[in-house]
Parts: sequence; structure tokens; C-alpha cells
Amino acid sequence: MDIKWDQLLVSGDPLILGSQIAIVLTMVGVVAALSYFKKWKWLWNGWLTSVDHKRIGIMYIIMGVLMFFRGGVDGLMMKAQTAVPENTFLDAQHYNEVFTTHGVIMILFMAMPMLIGIMNIVIPLQIGARDVAFPQLNLLSFWLTFAGAMLFNVSFVIGGSPDAGWTSYFPLAGKEFTPGVGNNYYMIALQIAGIGTLMTGINFIVTILKMRTKGMTLMRMPMFTWTSLITSLIIVIAFPIFTVTLLLGMMDRLYGTHFFTVSGGGLDMLWSNLFWLWGHPEVYIVILPAFGIYSEIIATFTKKRLFGYGSMVISIVLISALSMLVWVHHFYTMGVGPAVNTVFSITTMMISIPTGVKMFNWLFTMRKGRIEFTAPMMWALAFIPTFLIGGVTGVMLAMAAADFQYHNTLFLVAHFHYTLIPGVVYAVFAALYYWWPKVFGFKLSEKIGKWHFWLFNIGFNLTFFPMFFLGLQGAVRRSYTYSEESGFQPLFLLSGVGALILAAGFAALCYNIYWSIRHAERTTANDPWGNARTLEWATATPVPHYNFATLPEVDSLDAYWEMKKNNKGFTLDKNQIKPIHMPGNSGLPAIMGGIFLVFGFFLVFEWHLLAAIVGIGIIAGLIMRSFESNDGYHVPVDEIVKHERTWRGESKWKAK
Amino acid sequence: MEGKINTSAPIEYQSEQSKLNILGFWVFLAAEIILFATLFSVFGVLKDRTAGGPAGSEIFEIKDVIIQTLLLLTSSFTAGIVIFEMRRGNRRGLIIWLVITLLFGLGFLSMEINEFMHYYHEGATMQTSAFLSSLFVLLGTHGAHVTLGTGWAILIIIQLLTKGINPTTAGKMHIWSLYWHFLDVIWIFIFTFVYLAGVL
Amino acid sequence: MSNQEKGFPISHIVGFLLSITFTVVALLVALKTDLPKTTIMFVIGGLAVLQAGLQLIMFMHLNEGKDNYSKIIHTVYAIFMAVVIVIGSIWVVTAGHSIH
Ligand code: HEM
Ligand SMILES: [Cu+2]
Repeated sequence: MDIKWDQLLVSGDPLILGSQIAIVLTMVGVVAALSYFKKWKWLWNGWLTSVDHKRIGIMYIIMGVLMFFRGGVDGLMMKAQTAVPENTFLDAQHYNEVFTTHGVIMILFMAMPMLIGIMNIVIPLQIGARDVAFPQLNLLSFWLTFAGAMLFNVSFVIGGSPDAGWTSYFPLAGKEFTPGVGNNYYMIALQIAGIGTLMTGINFIVTILKMRTKGMTLMRMPMFTWTSLITSLIIVIAFPIFTVTLLLGMMDRLYGTHFFTVSGGGLDMLWSNLFWLWGHPEVYIVILPAFGIYSEIIATFTKKRLFGYGSMVISIVLISALSMLVWVHHFYTMGVGPAVNTVFSITTMMISIPTGVKMFNWLFTMRKGRIEFTAPMMWALAFIPTFLIGGVTGVMLAMAAADFQYHNTLFLVAHFHYTLIPGVVYAVFAALYYWWPKVFGFKLSEKIGKWHFWLFNIGFNLTFFPMFFLGLQGAVRRSYTYSEESGFQPLFLLSGVGALILAAGFAALCYNIYWSIRHAERTTANDPWGNARTLEWATATPVPHYNFATLPEVDSLDAYWEMKKNNKGFTLDKNQIKPIHMPGNSGLPAIMGGIFLVFGFFLVFEWHLLAAIVGIGIIAGLIMRSFESNDGYHVPVDEIVKHERTWRGESKWKAK
Repeated sequence: MEGKINTSAPIEYQSEQSKLNILGFWVFLAAEIILFATLFSVFGVLKDRTAGGPAGSEIFEIKDVIIQTLLLLTSSFTAGIVIFEMRRGNRRGLIIWLVITLLFGLGFLSMEINEFMHYYHEGATMQTSAFLSSLFVLLGTHGAHVTLGTGWAILIIIQLLTKGINPTTAGKMHIWSLYWHFLDVIWIFIFTFVYLAGVL
Repeated sequence: MSNQEKGFPISHIVGFLLSITFTVVALLVALKTDLPKTTIMFVIGGLAVLQAGLQLIMFMHLNEGKDNYSKIIHTVYAIFMAVVIVIGSIWVVTAGHSIH
């Protein structure tokens, strides 16, 4: 084992040096603040080891916001670089690293944690449960995702970032062509995070299938629960493919095997095939929960039942099946032959049918409804036309023969941002505004929310719409610069200005959170929007750690709406309350996350002896878990009575 | 989640958490099916790309493979007996059959290690060709699973000795047996599509 | 579950004997006959599938328990996807002119 100390720290670039200093200062600052305010215990006991699904959800979302910031800065850097021709802000190598980390972070460490965080907070409440099926496993999932994200982010200060694109195509990503450790980080960090995601998928399938409250049949589940179930199903089917793909990539890089190499009989196209076998389902994993979020919000703020619930369910099931059958559309141009291209062209275009069904369902839900233009609803409304642009350009790309023209141009980049940003980012914003009062007991400011909305929307369209035309004119993706004569300058500049407005929109969101924490009006009303339809709004605000004092019973869709209509299920009888069993906290997941992080780090640098030593720690953790008998604890009746009495008020409290 | 006991069902289904665990494990097995399917697809693509190195028919020792297969098939059968004894509440019988199962498993593993050594001496390593890379990784992943299953069974034996057969330990035993049978299923496909197809 | 806990593990023994039989037949077909290669592959492939089904049902009790539907649907879906992955990948990667 030879450690090249001089190559360990990335040096020589003022931008990176600045970040290194900033990172060290922030870490010192955080540690100092925690010690000064004596918050270590609070942090460890209340959060890092908590198996409460709501807290885990919040930790996921914090991580997602931080990663959005990191990925967003990458995006801005690229836009700054290409705003003028022959710019020297970033050199070619640096630009490669930036688009790679941008893509990976946005999809795996921003979109996934955000959506899984929202699922964590909302799903148990929507199905009337007190927790997920495997609370400790849930916490471990979080910590593995977090460890993966941290390992990936470390790359840019220690050892160098991956630079072969978020798709990491071989042979470029192989050791022959990129000998540094950057792409080792890719293979190993994503592996760790992927295992966490896989376990989340298993957890939510079992939770949704087995923990629904009495009377909630499958066809009475809220739409967000449906989409989360199907998302989890796709996770369980797609992520093992990624596990293998990354394993083989790592074997090629670390141990000299010949899966994807150009020598020794390897086949580089096999990587593309495996990557997209996972990669296409992955984009549906991030988009389906968003469909569920919009369905809830549109129904709530038009005060109408979702139009065509049954057709909605059928179409998400169809989307999930089709999503596994279209992967080749990402490499039509690699020479797979006309027969293959034709088949995958057809399956790809078929996906637009169920997606179209959903679009019409949302529109019909709003038809003749009294729409309330709240912040969450505005994001849902903006989603429809923008996502439509993404979808229509997608059908253009789906035609294999035409794709030869668009492939690898900025047209494609504009297309997938037009699907991912309305389909994920808008949905996450909508969900944050919508469920925020439930979790924290106050709404985010509507007024600052309007600023956020308009800045972000204008900025987004200004950034990405010009890229369609740039792409059609022949501007290729992943190219760090272009010549003066190309004539691309005006549109690139426009797009760059758009990105600044976009960034201002994100800043408005951050300011909104800050302002609302300090000044927003506090509420304990269980239904702060007044028109909510599903069970999460039937319990106290903020939600008590035991969720429901007594488990609700359901006899139709939109359970809470029916409760309100029939005015039943609100009064609580003291005699019904029994001690509630809750799962106990566990420190093991956080420790395992730490061990995985160190293990991964050693593997990245191919220090096998050290990795093996740390590997023993992983095995020890598994053994401890096998012997652990964590029986949890009971919430005493007194505590429940006290809490329920306060928020329900005496009128809805039957004391016998 | 409390220990609601329902004595009409087999013992491993008598606690709510064990029921959840068993369903969760089935979902996990679905993920494992996909994992091995991906490895098989890689093998299927690369199996003729020997790059001047040895082909399967030149290095496979079909006699050894037959013995390995019989060992694993028998161990899958004895793992079934383990559950049978468990449901009868016979702890001694359970442990005896489990130890027998593990001995078959260890026999299989030692033959697999031998096989790898043999390939190595023939100059057929993971780095030789794409075919061998995919062969070693497919076999190695299966072997690693068997190793893990063996270690896991030992942990369960310790818990059975200290705590006896209760819904929790029975649930673990049941899940373990699913895992073990599943590895046998995977082996059948390796036997058929790697070895038999390789020497045809 | 027809309480087979008492007495003799008859279904296990039948399952075991069947699995041995399938294996031996596969061996004989593969090594001792002169059938065309594709025929042999279909026969031994079919035997492997039969044997997998046998393990799933007789040993793993796929259809046991109250909520066996979710188990069965999920497992069948995974098997279907496994077939798509194997056949799809091999077809896609070897169909075009990219293979060399
Ligand atoms: C916040 C504003 C964003 C900006 C300004 C932005 C900008 C960009 C730019 C300039 C590129 C590279 C174009 C090129 O190939 O040269 C890019 C690539 C990419 N972006 Fe974004 N993006 C943003 C948000 C997102 C989001 C939210 C996602 C995903 C959820 C995302 C996913 C990707 C992916 C996957 C790539 C491809 C990376 C690669 O080529 O390997 N982006 N983005
Ligand atoms: Cu796709």
C-alpha cells in the first residue's frame, strides 16, 4: 500500500482552495456552536439516533436542500463558463468534473433524498399508521444515503472529482483513460447510497401493504400513497441492477477485470446497457412521487375529489411496467441496429399514453372547481404546461431516426431539465409549502412565496428554453466552450442570465424559510389549509410523536374529508386511550453509516488492508444487530390525554 | 407491534413483527432475483469472449460440479427439515439438522475454493478475459452469499440455544431457510446455464 | 397449512427426490445424448425452471400464509423482469453492428 500524500489533496486551483478553506471553517464553526450551546446530546438523542419517521424525513430534506445548493452552484458555474465564447473561467477538465458532479448530485443526492424524505413524513400519516414497518432499517437507509453523499462530496477536495459524466460511460470511465481516483468515488459512493435506497424501497412496500389502518383498502389509498408504493416497487426492481453495474465497474477499475474494457474481450456497450436498465426506471422513481404530490394538492385546492382515481391508478401501474422496457432510447446511436431501435421507439412512445391520461385527470379535476391560488397550488399549476414541453420534446427524441439529429446536443439537456425540474423540483417545492404547517406548526409566507415562484419560473424558462434552439443549431452537450463564429453567443448569454434569476428564486425560498421561522403566525389547527382531504390532517399540528391517539377507521376515499362532512371521528373518549407502543431509538445506524463512509474512502484509494480492517467493523455491526432486542417503549396514557386535550379543545373531548 | 399471539398459525407467524419481517424478506428476495439476473445477463453477453484465454469447456471439471450440485440440493432438503422440526417445537432436532445443513454448505464452499484454485493454476484468472471475469464474479457472488448464510445460521443457533424457539427466533429461522433455498435455486441456474451449457 | 408438523416430512422428501431426478435427467440429456444443441438447451432450461418452481412451492412455501397474494404477485413480477433483463440485454447488445 503506497500512499501518495502529495496527490491526496486537490491543489493548485484557487476556486477549490477557497472551498477547502470554507469547508474547514464551517466544520469548525458547527462543532464550536454545538459545544458552546451544549447541543450535542440533543442532536444525538433527538435526531441522529431517532427512528421517528417524521424526524428521519426532516433529516433527508435538510440533506436534499444542502445538496441542491451544491448541485445548483455547479449548474451556475457551467452557465457562467458558457455565457461568453472561449471563456477561461473553467478549463475543459474542470468543466467535465462540474457537469459530472452536478448530474449525480442532483439526481441521487438531491431528488432522491427530497422525495424519500417527503415519503417518510407523509406516508405513515396518510395510511393511519404510527411508523414504518422497519423503523431501525429506515434510519440505516438514511445514514447510508448520507454516507454515500458525503463520500461523493469529499472527492472534490481529496483526490479529485469523477469526470466521465453522470452516466460514467466506459471505456472513458475505465482505468486506462481516467487513471485518477475520481471515478472510484463514483463507483463506491453511489454503491453505498444505492444500498440505502434499496432498503427504503423494501421498507415502504411492506409499510404500505401491511400497516394501513382499518378499512383502508388499496383502492381507498390517497394518490400519493399509491405513487409511493409503485415508486418503491420500481426501486426494488431497478436498484439491484445498479448494484451489479457499479460492482462490475469497480472490479474493472480496482481489480483489472474485463467487463467493459476495450481489451481482453470486454464490451463497453454493456455498461451503457446496464446503466440505462437502471437509469430509465430511476427517472420514473423520481417523477412518480411528484405525480402523487400534485394529485393531492390539486384535489385539495379545487375542493373536489380527484377526477378518474381508478384510471390514475391504472396509468401509474402501466408507467411502472413500461419504464422497465424503454432503456435503449438512451443509446439509439450506438449501433444497436434498426430492429432494436424500432421496438424501443415504440415502447417509449407508449409511455406518453398513461402520462397523458394523468394530465387530463388533473385538468378535469380543476374543471369547474373553485381554485384557490395558494403557493402549493401555484407550483402545481405551473407544472402542467412546463412538463408538457418536456413531454412533447421527449416524444420527439423517442423517434430513433430523428434522435440521430438531436442526440448529444443541448436539445436533450433542455428536454430533461424540462421534465426533471417541473417533475421533481416544482413538486418538492409544492410539497414543502403544502406539508410544512403540518410538520412545523406554521405556514411559509405566501408573499415571499410569490417572489420565489415567479423568479424561479421565469428564471427556469429563460435558462432552458434557449437551449432547445442552441441544440437544434448544433451546440453539443458537455462541451466546455464554443467559438465566436458559431453564433451561439446571444442565446448562451440569455440562458446565463436566466440562471441568475433562477438562483435568485432559490435564494427567495431560503429567505422565506428564515423569515417564516422567525415571524410566521403559529397554528395548532389540525387542518390549517381548511380543505384537506387525507388522514395526515386528522391529527394534531405539529404531529405528536405517536401520530394518532387512536387509530382512525376509514370507509371511503378521502377519509378526512368524509370525517368532516359527516362530523364524526373527532371526539375522543378518554377510555379509548391505551398506552401506545413505539419503537426505540438506535445508535447503530449512525455508527454503521460512519463505518461505511470510512470503508468506502479506503477502497477509493485502494488501501485494501485498511479497508479490510474497517470491513470487520461492518460485520461486527451486523452481528450486533442480530442480537439486539430493542423492544421500544410505551407512551403512557396520561401523556396522550394531556396532549390530545390541549389541541382538541374541551368541546371535542369527552371526559367520562 | 406488541406481541399479539395467535396460536393457530405456525410459530414464526405468531408475532406481528415476524410477519412483517417475513414479507419484507420476500421483497428482498425479489431484489436478489434481479441482482442475479443481471449477473446472468452479463455472463450471457460475455461468455464467448475468451480473448485467447481458455473457454469453459477447457477448464470445467463436470464431475466436481455434479458433486457440488448434489451437496447443495441435499442441504436445501435438510434446511426444509429444519423448519419442519422447528414447527414441531423440537429444538434439539432443529439444531442437529441445521448443523447437518451447514456441513453440506461448507462442503460445497470448500469445493468451490478448490475449483477456483484449479482455474488459477490453469492460468485462468479474473483478469484473463471477459468470459472469466464474468464467470468469477457470478460464482463468487453466489459463493459469498452461501458464506454469509453460513455465518448467519451460526448466529441463529446461538440465539436458539439461549432463548429457545419463540416467535422471534422462529421468524429468523424461517427467513434464513428462505435465503438458503433461494441460493439453491440460483445454483440450479448456474449449473444449467454456466456448466452444462458450457461443456455442450 | 394442513398441519404436517406431526409425523413424517413427506412433502419435503417428495420434493427432494424430484429435484434429484430433474438434475439427473438434465445431466443425461446434456452429456449422453446427441440431440441438437438448441434442443438440449431448451430441455435442460425447462428442467431448471421446473426445479426452481418446485423449490419455491415445496420448500419455500411461496403460497403459504394469509397474505400470500402480495408475495406471489411481487415474486412473479420480479421473475418476469429477470427474464426481460437477461433476454433483453443479450438481444440489445448482440443485435447490431457494434459487436466486434
Ligand atoms: C438549478 C438549476 C440548474 C441548472 C442551472 C442546470 C444546468 C445544467 C447544465 C448547464 C448542464 C450541462 C450542460 C452540458 O452538457 O454542457 C446540466 C446537466 C445536467 N443536469 Fe442540470 N441544471 C439545473 C438543475 C438540475 C436538476 C434539478 C437536475 C436533476 C434533478 C439536473 C440534472 C442534470 C443532469 C443529469 C445533467 C447531465 C450531466 C451530464 O452531462 O453528465 N439539473 N445542468
Ligand atoms: Cu429514458
